[in-house]
Amino acid sequence: MDLERKILKLYEKNATLSPRQMATMLGVDEEEIRALITKLEQEKIILGYNAIINWEKWGDNGVTAMIDVKVTPEREVGFDSIAERVSRFPEVRCVYLMSGTYDLSVVVQCENMKDVARFISDKLATLDHVQSTVTHFVLKRYKQDNFLFDDPEEDRRLVVSP
Amino acid sequence: MNNLTRHLSRAVNSIAPSGIRKFFDLVSQTQGVISLGVGEPDFVTPWHIREACYYSLEKGYTMYTSNLGLPELREEIAAYMLRGFGIEYDPADEILVTVGVSEAVDLALRSLVDPGDEVLIPEPSYVSYAPGTVLAYGKPVLLQTTADNEFRLTPEELAARITPRSKVLVLPYPNNPTGGIMGREDLTKLVDIIIDNDLIVISDEIYCELTYNGRHASIAALPGMRDRTIVLNGFSKAFAMTGWRIGYACGNPAIIGAMTKIHQYTMLCAPIMSQMAAIEALRHGEPRMREMVEEYDYRRRVILKGFAEIGLDCFEPKGAFYTFPSIQVTGMTSEEFAEKLLMEEKVAVVPGNAFGPSGEGFIRCCYAASLKQIEEAIERMGRFVTRHRKK
Repeated sequence: MDLERKILKLYEKNATLSPRQMATMLGVDEEEIRALITKLEQEKIILGYNAIINWEKWGDNGVTAMIDVKVTPEREVGFDSIAERVSRFPEVRCVYLMSGTYDLSVVVQCENMKDVARFISDKLATLDHVQSTVTHFVLKRYKQDNFLFDDPEEDRRLVVSP
Repeated sequence: MNNLTRHLSRAVNSIAPSGIRKFFDLVSQTQGVISLGVGEPDFVTPWHIREACYYSLEKGYTMYTSNLGLPELREEIAAYMLRGFGIEYDPADEILVTVGVSEAVDLALRSLVDPGDEVLIPEPSYVSYAPGTVLAYGKPVLLQTTADNEFRLTPEELAARITPRSKVLVLPYPNNPTGGIMGREDLTKLVDIIIDNDLIVISDEIYCELTYNGRHASIAALPGMRDRTIVLNGFSKAFAMTGWRIGYACGNPAIIGAMTKIHQYTMLCAPIMSQMAAIEALRHGEPRMREMVEEYDYRRRVILKGFAEIGLDCFEPKGAFYTFPSIQVTGMTSEEFAEKLLMEEKVAVVPGNAFGPSGEGFIRCCYAASLKQIEEAIERMGRFVTRHRKK
């Protein structure tokens, strides 16, 4: 269990590590690492591997919006059914059930503001059980998944010291 | 007044500048270097500690503190020493907060040493014990340690070097530069000799949290040793706080009192902002510190496996963040190896002889570097070793 946690922690920070590297770092057999990774993938504990990208820096001017959605829960399934439906739209990046003044927090990423507006008016707001939406546009990113977008803390140590 | 050297004191003239300096200049002039030559964490001080310092400045904590250091900090240190190592110190008169362990080493030596007294120093070890002894008008006596014995100090070597003038034994474990440690059993073997010869121990335990596969043992925790030992520790390595210059000494009130006298006339107190940050480190810094230590441990395994693959012999260091591989396969001296490696492959390491004569034939490689840097450095060193392997 401890080894699994360590593998997950390492992947969370750096998904490019090879099983071989992990085996060396953790001082265990490479085959054991491979088997555990396969198991974690099959159990959908590891859902996938992706990179954290500063798209804006690369030149992409896409728009990200966070939409607060109020929903009428359904008998027997509560919020799950509607949340799963919303999740299936490809422009939706994240869906969370929230405590507080609204129910679902939906993060969408589109090419431009018009596309966000169209998604809300055509697809999201028209769903049965959706009562209202409030949309917030992301203006600038500072940190995502533990990575600072503009990290000034480069290595400033003396190159040689006792 | 052309030659002012004659005006300088004999003691200062008799010590050489740190051997690392020359090499530092050389490395600084070279572009694209991967440095395994550093002696500090590659992490920046955890944010909550830095933030605590800002907050204290905002609140106007910009004044002197008591000579011993802030009472809250001494209480935190006492609690840490008790929970970490099972040693009880009274924050009122057994703990002194210093400007890094470096100051504490100097204070301890000057408090104990009379002209001609001998200070026993295992080597290879950190560069300041011997010059510090000379500046206190004492005589450094170097104790040899070897790779075969994982650079531990043996009772035989200690006993062989003792004379009627022996007064102080420095115990720098976990060790810089070798990464060697002294476990409880290793320390126990020294206790009788120390007590029989009435030695005082300066135990520099700055790397104590960076101990792998087990917990650090302090000689002060052994029976009969508490009052004979000055434990030196600080925040630089465990909490990645090198630039804050904050450390401490724990020991018998007579010795701490003597050290405090020198401290009050020379340093007055450690900077209050660093003391404030240190309080935060001890109160809330442990989880992040454990993470950093785990990370060092990962890299330790990577670099050791790397050395094995490229054919450099290296004993498994169980402390600090240094490895000390032998470069015997190349037939070069430490300095030659380090210079050539820098010129040909742009990897900076520190020649082992900078830490004492027993370090000749070894290099110090610090693994407080990113995984990528370590892997790249190993690849470059691999090419270098293959090219220069002794025929």
